[in-house]
Amino acid sequence: MRYACLIYYDPKELFGGSPEANAALEKCVGHDDVLKANGSFVFSEALEMPENSITLRVRSGQMSATDGPFMETKEMLGGIVVIEAADLNDAVRIASSNPLARIGAIEVRPVVDFTQPRPVL
Amino acid sequence: MTPKAGKAVEAVWRSERRRVLATLIRLLGSFEAAEEACQEAFSIAVKTWPETGIPANPYSWLVSTGRFRMIDFWRRRAKLAAALPDMARLMDPDVAMHDAESIHDDELRLIFTCCHPILPPDAQIALTLREVGGLTTEEVARACLTRAPTIAQRIVRAKARIRDEKIPYAVPDTHELPARLETVLRVLYLIFTEGYAATAGPSPTRADLCAEAIRLTRLVLELVEDPEAAGLLALMLLHEARRAARVDAQGDIVLLEHQDRTVWDREIIAEGEALIARTFAKRIAGPYVLQAAIAAVHANAPSFAETDWPRIVALYGALTKADPSPIVDLNLAIATGMRDGAEIGLSHIEALLAAPYLATYAPVYAARAVFLNKLGRPAEARASYAQASALTAQPAERRAYEKCSNLIQLNINTG
Repeated sequence: MRYACLIYYDPKELFGGSPEANAALEKCVGHDDVLKANGSFVFSEALEMPENSITLRVRSGQMSATDGPFMETKEMLGGIVVIEAADLNDAVRIASSNPLARIGAIEVRPVVDFTQPRPVL
Repeated sequence: MTPKAGKAVEAVWRSERRRVLATLIRLLGSFEAAEEACQEAFSIAVKTWPETGIPANPYSWLVSTGRFRMIDFWRRRAKLAAALPDMARLMDPDVAMHDAESIHDDELRLIFTCCHPILPPDAQIALTLREVGGLTTEEVARACLTRAPTIAQRIVRAKARIRDEKIPYAVPDTHELPARLETVLRVLYLIFTEGYAATAGPSPTRADLCAEAIRLTRLVLELVEDPEAAGLLALMLLHEARRAARVDAQGDIVLLEHQDRTVWDREIIAEGEALIARTFAKRIAGPYVLQAAIAAVHANAPSFAETDWPRIVALYGALTKADPSPIVDLNLAIATGMRDGAEIGLSHIEALLAAPYLATYAPVYAARAVFLNKLGRPAEARASYAQASALTAQPAERRAYEKCSNLIQLNINTG
């Protein structure tokens, strides 16, 4: 099964120059290869700072756009890693090897299986 | 985990992963390291087996590959020094045994670790199903009718607890074994009963859970010759033998009274009975053996009416002493009513309803309805079935009660 690991961090902390943060950033460079080597890598992207993003909506056929991120929080979404794992606990184990787990937080979320019915809310 | 792996490697993954993991947990002394090593070993297999062919003993290959990858990893990471205790253990030739007996031992060790009394009961069940049973977190969640993240968290916490409290991966010492075995058997019993009489969810039985509980109980019994383990296995088998007759084509529950006894699996029944005979011969009869003996009486009755009710009453009487519980009291009341007549049965049930324990337990009201109906009080019987329906979370169980109630109505109308 596939799981998206959504990496959140406080940029002030990650880029604040502490030895721990710098060590984590350094380790990030080779982390994809670690995942590739054990067969769990699908794809990954790191995201630029939220001030470089723009949020859009289409309502009644009209598009509106606002600059900046959709949500204002201290912790921002900073990267996405999609992995292949046996189950949720396996995904948690693999995600915990991500160097940024030591600085920020990682949300592990199953990727939708479209053969299953839609959620009913 | 290995989507692009050849079919052969995938087949090995399915059949061997559980055992490879159990052995690696023993060798490496930690769940985390073992899972890491297991994944490493399989990913190396995916890369190399297409060229080298599948090794003669895939299990041994995977265990030693995983183990040496971890040695290598620790050596690089810790520059040897910090990991020395681990290294010493890994280099110990005694821990590298791969014969069939030690593989089974590894699974058994793991059951005892997963069912350690320091862990909360729901964590014991989740861990046993995932780590020994090989179910995914999502499957455990479905089986326990819980959300997957809840189970995942339960498993993460339980593993942390095992690590922090330094719970050994070992079968307990002889003096500790009886108490620890009791916990293990209780977990296996809960897994089986959840599979046999699902408390909620669309299907009244879940065959996969029952099959896994039976497999693990067999494993325990193979290594620990314990009368209660034998009794538990017998109990499971005698219930399992009736599976096909318990649910009809519509997925509705068929009550014991109406089951087609010709489809009961005689071979499984015989195996269960042999186990009971073995323990009775030793003049030991604990709770599981007694429950199995009751199931055996039902299994041998040619029809519901011809059931040996005096024997069932006697066995439930013994069970109320060996393992008293309100549920046992209820069953004793029903069996007594079957033996001595509906009036006596009803008075026993009414007495149970006066106590608080069973007042919200649906089967009590269903039992009362049966006796009321036999006594020619159909309106009260239907009201009692309605109470039973209102108290159950299991749709199939509700349908069964409603069906019984409608049958009474039909008899009133046509009678």
